[in-house]
Amino acid sequence: MAGTLLEVRDLRIHFPTDDGLVKAVDGLSFRLDRGRTLGIVGESGSGKSVTSLGIMGLHHGQSTRVSGKILLDGEDLIAAGPGRVRELRGSKMAMIFQDPLSALHPYYTIGQQITEAYLVHNQVSKKAALEHAIEMLNRVGIPQAASRVNDYPHQFSGGMRQRVMIAMALSCDPELLIADEPTTALDVTVQAQILDLISDLQQEYGSAVIIITHDLGVVAELSDDILVMYAGRCAEYGTAEEIFGRPGHPYTWGLLGSMPRLDAQRSERLLPIKGTPPSLINVPPGCPFHPRCGYEELTDGKAATEVPALREVEPGHLVACHLTAQRQRELWARQVALKTSPAETLPAGTPPAETAPVDTLTGEET
Amino acid sequence: MVTFIIRRLIATVFLLLVVSAITFAIFFLVPRLAGVNTYDLASEYVGRNPTPASIHAVEIKLGFNSPLYLQYGRYVKAIVVGAHYNDGPNTTYCPPPCFGYSFRTQQPVWPQLISDAPVTLSIAGGACVLWLVGGVAIGVLSALRSGSLFDRASMGVALAGVSLPIFFTGLISLELFSYKWAIFPNVQYVAITANPLLWARNMVLPWLTTAFLYAALYARLTRSGMLETMGEDYIRTARAKGLPERTVIVKHGLRSALTPILTIFGMDLGLLLGGAILTEVTFSMHGLGAFTIEAIQNQDLPEIMGVVLLASFFIVVANLVVDILYAVVDPRVRY
Repeated sequence: MAGTLLEVRDLRIHFPTDDGLVKAVDGLSFRLDRGRTLGIVGESGSGKSVTSLGIMGLHHGQSTRVSGKILLDGEDLIAAGPGRVRELRGSKMAMIFQDPLSALHPYYTIGQQITEAYLVHNQVSKKAALEHAIEMLNRVGIPQAASRVNDYPHQFSGGMRQRVMIAMALSCDPELLIADEPTTALDVTVQAQILDLISDLQQEYGSAVIIITHDLGVVAELSDDILVMYAGRCAEYGTAEEIFGRPGHPYTWGLLGSMPRLDAQRSERLLPIKGTPPSLINVPPGCPFHPRCGYEELTDGKAATEVPALREVEPGHLVACHLTAQRQRELWARQVALKTSPAETLPAGTPPAETAPVDTLTGEET
Repeated sequence: MVTFIIRRLIATVFLLLVVSAITFAIFFLVPRLAGVNTYDLASEYVGRNPTPASIHAVEIKLGFNSPLYLQYGRYVKAIVVGAHYNDGPNTTYCPPPCFGYSFRTQQPVWPQLISDAPVTLSIAGGACVLWLVGGVAIGVLSALRSGSLFDRASMGVALAGVSLPIFFTGLISLELFSYKWAIFPNVQYVAITANPLLWARNMVLPWLTTAFLYAALYARLTRSGMLETMGEDYIRTARAKGLPERTVIVKHGLRSALTPILTIFGMDLGLLLGGAILTEVTFSMHGLGAFTIEAIQNQDLPEIMGVVLLASFFIVVANLVVDILYAVVDPRVRY
């Protein structure tokens, strides 16, 4: 089972608009091995969804400029014709989407929609395809699958609809499954069920999974590896343990700091990242994160002029930051210390200037 | 489903009753309130130089002396079961559906309506197929090539189609194709039963001019509907499944985009069946539209009543059919 299934090399997806060229993905590279799960995290507009649509060949329009390489099992999807990519879609790579209600066609039964996917890629009778659809529905945990196969999407609950989507995506046994915010539109109680289901089915089918989300809780639960995206580029890449335990990029610190945790003390405040994600038309020069970064002055002015290269801070753990690996470790250690002893004031850092006094305040409260 | 249809049918009958009551009130109650007496009304039915006696006889024969609600009841009853008119020695029987007698011709209204209906039916029937197929096809192609030369050209033509009245396009086409080049010479209505080929040949120009107007509307509607639908998430899902683009467009895109068009189609067709006035007049074909105009010009109340009721019947039935189709097309519609 081992071996690389998907390799993305220097992927660029740009689309011209009336306001200028949108560089949605700008030089992204990563690798995904069979049987592993990669979590792609980032704020809205960081290019994570465009990346997934780009892999599937579903990005909009002829005007979109795509360059680089997307190697699926050694086959370059960018060089391949649209007909070939269409053949691979649904059979070798499949995708599930954020909102399962709008992603399912309201006029067709779920049986029709699942068999449709199966029939395009397999030479079987309609009856066999329907049996297969029922089997898939059983497998994703839909009760009375044999009768529910004739129901329409609006007759299902949100969680059940997402199960239907998963059944549809997995019906041709794809080697790569991309889940784009699969739980965002669902109830919290249902979210965990769906994540469990994805992880169980991955074990069963041995497919590689890319899970795209802004919810670090979701990636923490599922991912082996994590790719943190910012402004269409990779900010940090590493195993889940590395990203959650020893994050190197100030942006990752920001994401972790803005994540609510059940084990945190009540008095602990969430620390939002200041500012907004940059416009993908005018990406800031140098490090795209520097206008929002609290450690910019520690880089001898390089942050605003030089684009940081992805550097290995430890084997397999890549960070695109001008700060030295040593510095990153020190700063992160201080932040962890701060969280545990909130009385200490924060350095000029990811905790933005306007929230710093508030934090001293919470320090006084405890 | 069956109960839904039955319920809708009952509602349809009720609706027609309301329409007839309102029309009846407009034509018989309002003039009376304005001071027209039954004698004046009866004088409309009598030829030139009437004697007071003959007018009075007509007044009695048609029952103008009874209260209005009785007259309305009799009117509806005549439509359902027919009516006997008694003018002393003889009784005339008007078989159902009896819409009374024309002021002018003294003939029952219904047979005249029936004889004019095929003309309108021919025009509307052929035109609706043309405009539906043509308009939707152009709309879909425009939406798929949005912004292209084809899109701009066809939307330009569509704008012209919406703006140009039928009596303009009709006369131009008559001039060119009938008089100048004689491709369709001598355009006049020939019954389909008499000569189907000639019927079709003579209907081509009326069909095209009528369809041009509607096709333009439908092309614009389809285009915007398709543009909206093709941006839906389920279209992306269909593509993600690896379906061929044609399947994505027709099975997933067009199916959804057509539903609102179905509604408008029902309305338009129903309305047109009640009389394609402009087309009929332009091509000198005597259908329900021409009938309506003459009835209005002659202030022939029974004729107007009859054609109004027939037209509303067409509209109501067309909408009923659309509602039923809608329920079949969209599974979310519950009865």
